[in-house]
Amino acid sequence: MRKNKRFQKGLFTALMTLIFAMSLAACSNEKPAEQQPAGEPQQQEAEKPAEETSMILATTTSTEDSGLLDFLLPKFKEKTNITVNVVAKGTGAALELGKNGDADVLLVHAKVQEEEFVKGGFGVERFDVMYNDFIIVGPKDDPAGLKTSAPNDPIVAFKLIADTKSTFISRGDDSGTHTKEKAYWKDASITPEGDWYVSAGTGMGAVLQMAAEKGGYTLTDRATYLSMKDKLNLQIVTEKNDKMYNQYGIIMVNPDKYPIKKAEAGEFINWILSEEGQNLIAEYGVEEFKEPLFVPNAK
Amino acid sequence: MIDFIRDFFTTYNDIFSVITLSLIVSLSSTLISSCLGLILGIYVSLNDFKMKKTIMRVTNTLMSLPPVLIGLLVYMLLSRKGPLGSLQLLFTPLAMIISQTLLVLPIIFGLTVSSISDICKEVEFTCISLGANKKDTFITILYECKLQLLSVITAGFGRAISEVGAVMMVGGNIKGSTRVMTTYIALETGKGNFNEAVFIGIVLLFISFFVNTVLYKLKGSE
Repeated sequence: MRKNKRFQKGLFTALMTLIFAMSLAACSNEKPAEQQPAGEPQQQEAEKPAEETSMILATTTSTEDSGLLDFLLPKFKEKTNITVNVVAKGTGAALELGKNGDADVLLVHAKVQEEEFVKGGFGVERFDVMYNDFIIVGPKDDPAGLKTSAPNDPIVAFKLIADTKSTFISRGDDSGTHTKEKAYWKDASITPEGDWYVSAGTGMGAVLQMAAEKGGYTLTDRATYLSMKDKLNLQIVTEKNDKMYNQYGIIMVNPDKYPIKKAEAGEFINWILSEEGQNLIAEYGVEEFKEPLFVPNAK
Repeated sequence: MIDFIRDFFTTYNDIFSVITLSLIVSLSSTLISSCLGLILGIYVSLNDFKMKKTIMRVTNTLMSLPPVLIGLLVYMLLSRKGPLGSLQLLFTPLAMIISQTLLVLPIIFGLTVSSISDICKEVEFTCISLGANKKDTFITILYECKLQLLSVITAGFGRAISEVGAVMMVGGNIKGSTRVMTTYIALETGKGNFNEAVFIGIVLLFISFFVNTVLYKLKGSE
């Protein structure tokens, strides 16, 4: 009996040790696995003595949901051995992260707020990176008749949506898209409220899903819509207007204010503004969607 | 179906890192809070003192604390603007372990006290009459109550691995770094990729099933 108990005890200890060892092994396995993606890792190491470092990029949901960052970042990592950790939130939330010094670089799209951010001393300088455009998408049967009455004018389109009380899903999260949407409502002199106006408080992908499920309209950036098009029962109703231009900017969080990773941040910004980074942006999406999702325009 | 699974693993290699990270984070936080929770729990069960009732009432409140509240608290602590900002822990797996530990600790502590209070006094009495010291008493209690304590730990682990609010906030759901199973499901559902979300959901269920089977077997063997 006693022996049996001792055996059980031994077994228990052995099991616990095993679990612990396994989790340790898993921990140390993780990093090399990350390095693997693009071919010969050995050659890479010979080329770049640079130590592996990381930085945090706070960005909008559109750059991640559209797959752009998944396309760009491995190439940056291959070149510089810097892992870019992406925290994808709305532009408003990303700027907040920057204000608290919790991110190193911001890639966002609400120019006025970005300039305020830099003016307030939170960021170093703002650079144009790329643009695409906003579009209004809606259900296939188009109950507000936007496709015929307002194919190119977002203000008229918003007025029609409000007049017909058609369901409209708003991001409701102070993101760049939400900021744009609020500007349109203001131009249309409408305060959107009522059952038809749904404030979702979530990312672009989730809002598009919601619009498809509820048969509503929403304002979206073209990139996220194109990358999800097949899964959505929606169509583009209003597009191509100067007011629907969507500029993305990149900003380094002020290193004098917070101990951010200045070297890595600088390297990333230089790379994305360089010819190489800009060409890659222009390339993304051409194969899959027959058109680029973002147009690079760094000066 | 088999093709689908094979494609799945070749295309979605990073799913493995998501699963391992989930297990690492939840197991570590369960381990830390078990160590602390069991020691404190057994101590409180054995001793009567003035504040005991108040402590238990507070613990019961903490047991039902919403994870997002813990997330907010840890976020404020670890933000570069916050008191522990210089450690630069926000958006790292360690931040996730900290918040899950805070979440699981009250559960393990509270459930330990409520499940062993009656038995452990008897055990202590016997131990003392046999001339055991404090350390021996503690080990004997651990051993005698191991089934109850295992259930307690499983409950804690269940809370940790199924939690999404706090890890989303303090981890940031960073691909390849802080993305765990629950935040992955939330993200993929938002993007409309239901296949991936369902797959991870099944893995999550399978892990709970496995843990409970082991527990059931252990109980049965007694």
